[in-house]
Amino acid sequence: MNLKELITDKVKEKFGAALEEVSDFRDDLCLTIKNNQIVQLAKFLKEDTELEFVMLKDVTAIDWATRKKRFTAVYHVYSFKLNYTLRIKANIDDDPPAIESVTPVWRSAEWYERETWDMYGIKFINHPDLRRMYMPEGFEHHPLRKDFPVLGIPGSLPLPYKAE
Amino acid sequence: MDRIAQIYNEEKIYKKLLEDKNITIDDALENEMVINMGPQHPATHGVLRLVLRLDGETVTGIVPELGYLHRGYEKMAENMSYIEYIPHTDRLDYTGTMCNNVAYVLAVEKLIGIEAPKRAQYIRMIVAELSRIAAHMVAIGTFAMDVGAVTMVMWTFREREKLQNIFDRLAGARFTTSYTRIGGVASDMDDEAIAMTRKFLEELEPSLVEMDKLLLGNRIFIERLEGIGILPKEDAIALGVTGPNLRASGVDYDVRRAKPYLFYNEIDFKIPTYQQGDALSRYYLRGDEVRESVKILFQCLDKIPQGEVNANEPKKVLPHKTEIYSKMEELIHDFMLINQGINPPVGDTYFSVENPKGELGFYIVSNGTGQPWKLKIHSPSFCNLQAISQLCNGAMVSDVIAIIGSLDPVMGEADK
Repeated sequence: MNLKELITDKVKEKFGAALEEVSDFRDDLCLTIKNNQIVQLAKFLKEDTELEFVMLKDVTAIDWATRKKRFTAVYHVYSFKLNYTLRIKANIDDDPPAIESVTPVWRSAEWYERETWDMYGIKFINHPDLRRMYMPEGFEHHPLRKDFPVLGIPGSLPLPYKAE
Repeated sequence: MDRIAQIYNEEKIYKKLLEDKNITIDDALENEMVINMGPQHPATHGVLRLVLRLDGETVTGIVPELGYLHRGYEKMAENMSYIEYIPHTDRLDYTGTMCNNVAYVLAVEKLIGIEAPKRAQYIRMIVAELSRIAAHMVAIGTFAMDVGAVTMVMWTFREREKLQNIFDRLAGARFTTSYTRIGGVASDMDDEAIAMTRKFLEELEPSLVEMDKLLLGNRIFIERLEGIGILPKEDAIALGVTGPNLRASGVDYDVRRAKPYLFYNEIDFKIPTYQQGDALSRYYLRGDEVRESVKILFQCLDKIPQGEVNANEPKKVLPHKTEIYSKMEELIHDFMLINQGINPPVGDTYFSVENPKGELGFYIVSNGTGQPWKLKIHSPSFCNLQAISQLCNGAMVSDVIAIIGSLDPVMGEADK
């Protein structure tokens, strides 16, 4: 399909070696970019007149648990012009995990990145208001990490004292 | 009291108080006030909490707090098989349960690479549209009730009651349906259910006219909502607003048209849009969508083909119960599917459908085992709620209620 080739070629031309991987599984195009280039890629995708990916649908992350680069940030962006949803990935190698925020490019990233911070503990640098989204403010853990048990960690939430 | 008065009357202290600029002893009403709305508030449609900063009656700042209904469905999905997760999708947007069921199984089917038979796809379309009507009935009714028209909610819930009887006939449950299965649907739609649907649709049209007469000629209702909570087109796109709220701002985007799934490309329907982007146009738009759904349903009922309702993929689709009890092969497949689950290929897919609230998407990462490695729900209510800060800033405090009602969030979905 030439739409996918158009997007891939344009990004390849602009970013060259920073584009780490291009995958196409079940008709979903996915571009993996070096994590320090994510904001530049976001700006390029949004502002290029042929692409115009103006809407950010979702930001999330994947915890690979055993890989050396443990976390991958995942973005889904949509272009009304091309009528296409593109997936962008960035493997994070910092520890503690951190990546530049795309909020200056897409405003809707604000809440999505807060949610990702809450669930995975990935710090979004330059985020205007990085607070927890769902969990209470004093909670220390990040529930969607693979080392967080399904039943929760005893004592992580304040419970009423047992009567003597 | 005497003692306090005595202290205050002492000239020394009084003078000090006057000199101290940090202590405010002037009229409390001249100051800004911070009030807490929710999470237990009837107009927040669940457990949404808003912290408002008020200057008189004008909202000068708003902080939405989510998470009071956070049940960790994304974490739970990582610890159960694909089949086990179907009932949990009911609990996302609990006003339009069938739509969630359809969205989830379509996402899993895309990942596995199978397709349901044509009859099953048509049944899915029918139940999704019926569910859309049910969700919009709740949305319209509660919204009208929030701004003072209590009659409306009785009338819309009367229609929804009939819909739930149809769901009862189809799925055996009125509310938490869990009707769809991976590769098909739980049970075939019999003639009785089709007759019930036809009867419902024929009765719905006069009652829609009745509802219009009640509200759209009502000057109090119109003036209450016109020009409230205006969301311009550019901001709607930038904030990621989806569904009816996006279309009320003049963006002609509907997943059913943009990327047709099921057999929406064979159906003739319009995508209603409005340009104003205010609360009233969001109300109108939902009414128009109900009419379009009725049109889609009549076409589906005419076009629905005969045939199987479950795909013939023994290693992916659960066999029927009678076959498990009578055939060895089916028993083995059932055992393997329940114990090991469907093992999709390694990879990740994103699939989205148009739900009553907006675009519901499932992003599934598979590592080849029976349980998803990761399942992310892109929930429309969450996206729509992000616009609330912009809409409420500068509005009157009573309009906050109308704005929430017009955005129509369902907290089960926003909090996951």
